[in-house]
Amino acid sequence: MPAFKIKADRDQLTVDKLTGRFGPGSFTHERLYDTLCFTVPKEHIHDVLAFLRDELDFNFLTSLCGMHFPGLELELGAVYFLHSMRNGHRIRVKTHVSLAEAKLPTVTDLWPTANWMERETWDFFGIHFTGHPNLKRILNMEDFPAFPMRKDYPLEDPTRDDKNDTFFGR
Amino acid sequence: MSETTKRPEHWRDDHVTGEGFRELTTLNLGPTHPATHGIFQNVLTMDGEVVLETEQTIGYIHRAFEKICERRPFYQITVLTDRMNYCSAPINNMGWHMAVEKLVGIELPKRVEYMRVIIMELGRIIDHIICNTIICQDAGATTPFLYVYQWRERIYDIFEEICGSRLTTNIGRIGGFERNFNDKVWERVRAIVRDFPAVLKEFDQLIVRNRIFMDRCINCGPISAEKALQYGLTGPNLRAAGVDYDVRVADPYSSYEDFDFQIPVGKSGDVFDRFVVRQEEMRQSLSIIRQALEKLDKIADKSTFRADVPEWVLPPKEEVYNDMEALIYHFKVVMAETNVPVGEIYHCVEGGNGELGFYIVSDGGRTPFRVHFRRPCFIYYQAYPEIIKGGLLSDAILTMSSMNVIAGELDA
Repeated sequence: MPAFKIKADRDQLTVDKLTGRFGPGSFTHERLYDTLCFTVPKEHIHDVLAFLRDELDFNFLTSLCGMHFPGLELELGAVYFLHSMRNGHRIRVKTHVSLAEAKLPTVTDLWPTANWMERETWDFFGIHFTGHPNLKRILNMEDFPAFPMRKDYPLEDPTRDDKNDTFFGR
Repeated sequence: MSETTKRPEHWRDDHVTGEGFRELTTLNLGPTHPATHGIFQNVLTMDGEVVLETEQTIGYIHRAFEKICERRPFYQITVLTDRMNYCSAPINNMGWHMAVEKLVGIELPKRVEYMRVIIMELGRIIDHIICNTIICQDAGATTPFLYVYQWRERIYDIFEEICGSRLTTNIGRIGGFERNFNDKVWERVRAIVRDFPAVLKEFDQLIVRNRIFMDRCINCGPISAEKALQYGLTGPNLRAAGVDYDVRVADPYSSYEDFDFQIPVGKSGDVFDRFVVRQEEMRQSLSIIRQALEKLDKIADKSTFRADVPEWVLPPKEEVYNDMEALIYHFKVVMAETNVPVGEIYHCVEGGNGELGFYIVSDGGRTPFRVHFRRPCFIYYQAYPEIIKGGLLSDAILTMSSMNVIAGELDA
């Protein structure tokens, strides 16, 4: 296993500052390979991201993507990839929402680049971003009837019987 | 207009002065307009020649790569990454290999990493040749598009010699390369390093200080550094705005820390700066390739072209037929029976257009649970309306070609 370059001091500082501001029980964190990943309840997500941007210099939103874990209570999720260019430090912030209340506050006010990323997440996972200036489908056609990146959406036409995928794929 | 000229019936003087005549026009730029260099639509609201608002429609060649990835073994996803930024497909391939290697924990020999650096820098040169010659083409200079463009073909010859294909390369494997580079490859790489600088110099002399080109491009489609960061620009477009962010230096991968090279930055982020930054990056890429060749000459071992990971790389066919172990590994690779750890990683490389990221979530199955591609084009193309607002239509077209928006990467 190659050694990863880990910014342990910045990681620790981020954890300490977040704990100081939001309290020890308000988030969880774990190190996955080289990056520290935070899990934040959706009530705090906008505050946490704004705090990270303003106080800890995470000036750049690298990416934002949706997740779907069928079977969990909070099935859907969003992952924010933050990057502090000045400190050369990357973290990920995750949050989870339930299928029934798939709503998150928008972060377009913090990073305008989140505009299309949130539209993509809405398009593919059906997570509604409240406060978004123009939340509509982006890559799929506008009257597309489903959210295709959810796990229950079949990759191929489910009515086909000429292909047997018992041994391949999931 | 002289008094004697006969004016048409509907003539009004305020049509000429612009007073009292403000009719907004809706103009459909794309989806298949030749000047958009790809399939995306812009509905422009225009006041005369001036662009006021832009409504972008993308997704015309969306192929659901992220969904397909959830049903493909890791080694079969490489061919999908080709189709994202097809102008520099080798960088995408290498980025994907490195992402999986990071997940699995494969360490490569130095020789393989240097070989990868050569391939990636050749890919970058191709990408920049395409973008810069197209800027010239859209600014009215046809010569580079014809004469510099043919060097792209020479580099494609190298890829063809290594992997058999030119545009969508599928070059390399998880854990190294599919085969060692033969003598023809080395000869051609050396020929590029030897002959291309003179071409680049000629290209520079023809275009960069050309008064017509400068007047056309300076202050055309500028973006400030703050705006560029807010909109998530990366790569040459961000560097042209004056931010020296380059993944090769910020988070070195594939032994880029062993190389000595500079990151060119611009000042105003306009078309001219983007052009000049790309020109300089090509020169730096050539320097990196030269250094890599020197480093490879110093490595005595000339036969290693992959890490010792038989469960990831197909064994040679004659061994498969005669050796039981090789047959087992062949089966394991083809059926994707190799164990993958549970975990999630993000790995990014400096693609032709900026930070190209791969986010893999693995649940230990034969396919990834979730793959997300951070496509630089998709993220920075949303800044386009902001950049062209208040400019002329012809500037909008030049700005689009200078941003190097690749439809395959945009839509994934």
